[in-house]
Amino acid sequence: MRIARMLVLGLVALVAAGPAAAQMSDGVIKIGVLNDQSSLYADLAGQGSVVAARMAVEDYGAEKKGLKVEIVSADHQNKPDVGSQIARQWFDADKVDVIVDVPNSGVALALNQIARDKGKALLVSGAATADLTGKACSPNTIHWTYDTWALANGTGNAIVKTGGDTWFFLTADYAFGHALERDTEAVVTKAGGKVLGKVRHPLNTQDFSSFLLQAQASKAKIIGLANAGGDTTNAIKQGSEFGIVRGGQNFAGLLVFITDVHALGLPTAQGLILTETFYWDMNDKTRAFAKRFAERDRGIHPTMIHAGVYSAVTHYLKAVEALKSDDGTKVIAKMKDTPTDDPLFGKGTIRPDGRKVHPAYLFEVKKPTESKGAWDYYKLRATIPTEQAFRPVDQGECPLVKK
Amino acid sequence: MNTQALFSQLLIGAINGAFYALLSLGLSVIFGLLNIINFAHGAQYMMGAFAAYFLLQWAGLGYWTALLVAPVVVGLLGILIERTMLKWLYQLDHLYGLLLTFGVALVIEGVFRNEFGSSGLPYTIPPQLTGAYNLGFMFLPIYRGWVVLFSLVICLATWYVIERTKLGAYLRAATENPTLVQAFGINVPRMITLTYGFGVALAALAGVLAAPIYQVNPLMGSNLIIVVFAVVVIGGLGSIMGSIVTGFALGIVEGFTKVFYPEASNTVIFVIMALVLLVRPSGLFGRTT
Amino acid sequence: MATAVGVDIREATAARGAPTHQVIAFGVMVALLVVAPFLVYPVFLMKALCFALFACAFNVLIGYVGLLSFGHAAFLGTAGYAAAHAAKVWGAPPEAAILLGTAAAGGLGVVLGTLAIRSRGIYFANITLAFAQMIYFFSLQAKFTGGEDGIQSVPRGTLLGLFDLRQTYTMYFTVLAIFLVGFLVIYRAIHSPFGQVLKAVRENEPRAVSLGYRVEQYKLIAFALSATLSGLAGATKAIVFQLASLTDVHWTMSGEVVLMTLLGGLGTVFGPVVGAFILIGLENYLAQLGAWFTIVQGAIFVVCVLTFRRGVVGELGRLLRKPL
Repeated sequence: MRIARMLVLGLVALVAAGPAAAQMSDGVIKIGVLNDQSSLYADLAGQGSVVAARMAVEDYGAEKKGLKVEIVSADHQNKPDVGSQIARQWFDADKVDVIVDVPNSGVALALNQIARDKGKALLVSGAATADLTGKACSPNTIHWTYDTWALANGTGNAIVKTGGDTWFFLTADYAFGHALERDTEAVVTKAGGKVLGKVRHPLNTQDFSSFLLQAQASKAKIIGLANAGGDTTNAIKQGSEFGIVRGGQNFAGLLVFITDVHALGLPTAQGLILTETFYWDMNDKTRAFAKRFAERDRGIHPTMIHAGVYSAVTHYLKAVEALKSDDGTKVIAKMKDTPTDDPLFGKGTIRPDGRKVHPAYLFEVKKPTESKGAWDYYKLRATIPTEQAFRPVDQGECPLVKK
Repeated sequence: MNTQALFSQLLIGAINGAFYALLSLGLSVIFGLLNIINFAHGAQYMMGAFAAYFLLQWAGLGYWTALLVAPVVVGLLGILIERTMLKWLYQLDHLYGLLLTFGVALVIEGVFRNEFGSSGLPYTIPPQLTGAYNLGFMFLPIYRGWVVLFSLVICLATWYVIERTKLGAYLRAATENPTLVQAFGINVPRMITLTYGFGVALAALAGVLAAPIYQVNPLMGSNLIIVVFAVVVIGGLGSIMGSIVTGFALGIVEGFTKVFYPEASNTVIFVIMALVLLVRPSGLFGRTT
Repeated sequence: MATAVGVDIREATAARGAPTHQVIAFGVMVALLVVAPFLVYPVFLMKALCFALFACAFNVLIGYVGLLSFGHAAFLGTAGYAAAHAAKVWGAPPEAAILLGTAAAGGLGVVLGTLAIRSRGIYFANITLAFAQMIYFFSLQAKFTGGEDGIQSVPRGTLLGLFDLRQTYTMYFTVLAIFLVGFLVIYRAIHSPFGQVLKAVRENEPRAVSLGYRVEQYKLIAFALSATLSGLAGATKAIVFQLASLTDVHWTMSGEVVLMTLLGGLGTVFGPVVGAFILIGLENYLAQLGAWFTIVQGAIFVVCVLTFRRGVVGELGRLLRKPL
């Protein structure tokens, strides 16, 4: 056990951003990046989020300002029990002050409770569930980048308005897939569209042909993919084989990241409509960031989750510096009081329910002929302004904002 | 549900069944002769798909070459595993072979995940096989048709070699009594090594077939393995025809489940396995031990 | 079928009254576990203890009856869900929740055991796997389990109305007590005449039948015992971590317990405990390494099977010429 302990200390020292501090006193800000580093979400979060956090610390000039910052990271393997155990250990024994990223809604919800019990801070970038700023909202959590409501709203609304008024859902048979489907269905029906059918497939399904045939038979104009990662890419890839798009139907990816598009390749992914809150090729600042990022993360360009980690860590450091304390509850309160400003998301605010708000963007995946090279994948279809991009604060049933 | 839709789901089921049959065939051949449950089969299937991808990216060799080369390459890697590790386990309980290959699978998948991430890599359908036939009742992608026909041919050829030729007779004899076969001047250890290589090559072949349909992904085989394992057990361990027939049949059953109770489509095979084993403890075509 | 597993039957026959070296080993283990929470992070130890009990329970089947179950996650997970549900929704005190979870796993064990024990070897492994997959499916579909989020924020409550389990050390020593009870139950069972019959069945089943033992009943009791104690581990784990999730019913969990037991030593008394601590320790401290963890885990499997099949404790026992 002692050997293992030494090993882990060694690793901590390796990833520490600043010069190795003596034992953690309150003078050290310790940031824990907790995410999936080995499976489904390893590319869209994973090591990239660690890189983003480190870049945020460097760009902030923490060292020059006299802040000692350390970064640790771990793999929660998409298991709530593994995640919560690491979080407890970080908070209790390793003096971690804030945990960031946490893709996977189940893990994020578990950590939400733990951070609250222990008075620490949690900055969620990777997880999708809108419950984090709804029923489960907490004075210790900020949900940074996106959520199921924003994705459903962005993609659902825009598609119905451009004529895609009949839908068929391919939903991952998981709480998260159900939530995504439910939110999108609400948006579609409200905008005047109709849901013709849905089919719930087990997580990690390899073969979608049977489901695609059912979708084809429904004659719906839009096939909504309420799933993620490999399930989404496999469905799209096989859809092109079955001539879904040629037959006049279109896919709407409800949770698609640029890494998924990269994995599919443009010939297969072209025409796909999706919502994100960040794209690397938006302006000079984002392009400069992407260039530096890619150099440090195997050429992968930043996803919105990576950008969210960068932005959240930057704002966190700002609040800690102003407050001269790393007390979780106080810092989160300070963060909510301070307007945000960073090169990736621009100016924004954090609502009392813990929702960071900024514009969302509707993108269409380019045709191979339109793309100038690797990672040049999106063209902007519409911008959803900040006040419409996220669920209105009074509809979330968050106990923190009850009057 | 109308008959047209029924037909198309039947066909789709059979296509998936072709993959099951091809994979369980390899597993079955290996078990029949080596008495080892090859849990690395899923990882070897994945390596087949990756081999196809590498051949294209690095050597510019397309699908048709990959169909030939990838199984050979992965098969050779299999032989390496057999020579360095598996050969020490033949005298032991099945359990150890299973555990060893399970470990090998974890290592292989981990390495690929580290190198190539988890989102997968694209691989396109060869130009000769793109497009689809309109069968009237459904739209059948040509590539899927090819998969069914090709794997059926491979399965039947394998069955023929093992059950109807002299070589197959040696193999079968060696399972029963290796010492005696050795006494006839046949190099049994080499035969065992080659058989393992052949079984692994079958997995890799399935991987190449799968590459254009599924994402080439380090995790593509990790969940498949227990399904294929179940197929082999339902068919009866070591029975070649058993695993071919069961593979196709279960593909079809699974296909129908995807229509009537899609949530359960990953579980239905295990329900069938439990039922079959309760009634016939050695599987449908298995010899009782 | 004969298994190549484990201890020579002669070594264990003198089992009435534990041999001195095992008493010493037990004393050392208890002493270490009492001191440990003051040196190592206690929550980690609690997790390891839960898995140690799980592995010990699993070892009853593989080590002493020679049956490889590939579906033990079903018992761990079912008990976890039952305990978490009782504690959270019904407001049951922790002791009642744990007992309920244990009973649920025990009941499931009797049902599945009755169906499964007629198969042998690889078929037994498969039929248990099949049942476990169905339990997994049920856990995924049922409303009360909360899908992939699991049952979260389970209250730890107050043990017997006296001990506040929110205190880390109180919780730790409760877990330790539960572990030791489970451990001793297993120890007693396998060193009783009942245990001797089990070993006879493992070594030569037809012979045991011809000696007039009702082999099926013995196997069923062993299966139910193993399931019940796995359930005890699962229920305790749910209370400790305040969480019951799909991880515990997934087939990879069934694989992990095989690895723990193999690593520590199949059919040894202390092996599963050592195996569980090593594996959970690796999992915990190598979480930093991401995908490398899988590689390390796989490599352990390979090395273990190729070089020390008796496991850490098995090899140690061989060096000391004393079964541990």
